[in-house]
Amino acid sequence: MLTVTALAVVRTRSLFAVVTLSGVFSLLSALLFVTMDAVDVAFTEAAVGAGISTVLMLGTLALTARSERSTKRSSTVPLLAVLVTGAALVYGTLDMPSFGQSDAPAQIHVGPDYLERIPHEIGVPNAVTAILASYRGYDTLGETAVVFAAGIGVLILISGLRTRRRKDEDDPETGGSA
Amino acid sequence: MRHHLILRVITKLLVGTIFLFALYVQFHGDYSPGGGFQAGVIMAAGFIIYGLVFTLKRVKQVFPPWLVHKLIALGVLIYAGTGIYSLLAGYAYLDYAALAPHHPEHGQHYGILIVELGVGITVTAVMVAVYYAFASRAPILSDEDW
Repeated sequence: MLTVTALAVVRTRSLFAVVTLSGVFSLLSALLFVTMDAVDVAFTEAAVGAGISTVLMLGTLALTARSERSTKRSSTVPLLAVLVTGAALVYGTLDMPSFGQSDAPAQIHVGPDYLERIPHEIGVPNAVTAILASYRGYDTLGETAVVFAAGIGVLILISGLRTRRRKDEDDPETGGSA
Repeated sequence: MRHHLILRVITKLLVGTIFLFALYVQFHGDYSPGGGFQAGVIMAAGFIIYGLVFTLKRVKQVFPPWLVHKLIALGVLIYAGTGIYSLLAGYAYLDYAALAPHHPEHGQHYGILIVELGVGITVTAVMVAVYYAFASRAPILSDEDW
């Protein structure tokens, strides 16, 4: 189903449909994460991918064109690049342990250590939260800082422009041409 | 969107539930899936859906942009401040044991709650701010334009 949605996104010319389909794609991948027991990730994917980013894309669509321009260029080279990259990725997955295998690195490396320590060191039932906020506190602080920086960046790029333009309009000498 | 009666009624019903769910995800994050990031996004989605249906002006009355901008910084400050507090209390940076010296476990618990709250506030505010930034630029479209 993910593949079908992705193909539909590529083939469709109406950007409105593309945005909706990419929301569907996010929701489907959230379901995939649930199947793989990564509930926290699924949560984020469903809320961010299917919810907020779809709304932001629609907001962008309202500002720009609503249908994709068709190109005359041949698609052989891009197709080749995609095929080669895809083949390399598939080749890479051959070495990965199969899903749910008990001696996979994910199961035997630091995982058991955390699972053993969390109940008596942190005492929080959700191991993901314990690792994120406590053992990996610095990383999460960094992530928060990234979100902060991204927000500030968007504000400077978009809202900052607006206030400057408004000032220009207020001041007749600089000319309110913008 | 004046004439979309069903959308308006359903949104009114849903927004409260969305906020409640966001708070649940936020403060129950150490027992069940979820945490600051997810809660922040859900909270922001609540504001955004309100803005979509009841116009940007109304949602800006509920959650004014100046408050949003302050909250972006406040969340990071809460997070980093927790670290500073544990430094001042004589522990390592972000060592939550400092919050309850006699019960390190409880300290961890409080620390996670506070830090996740910081994350949640920043994420909510950033998402809403980005939405405001995009939506205030958009020309008003009539429904037929889509």
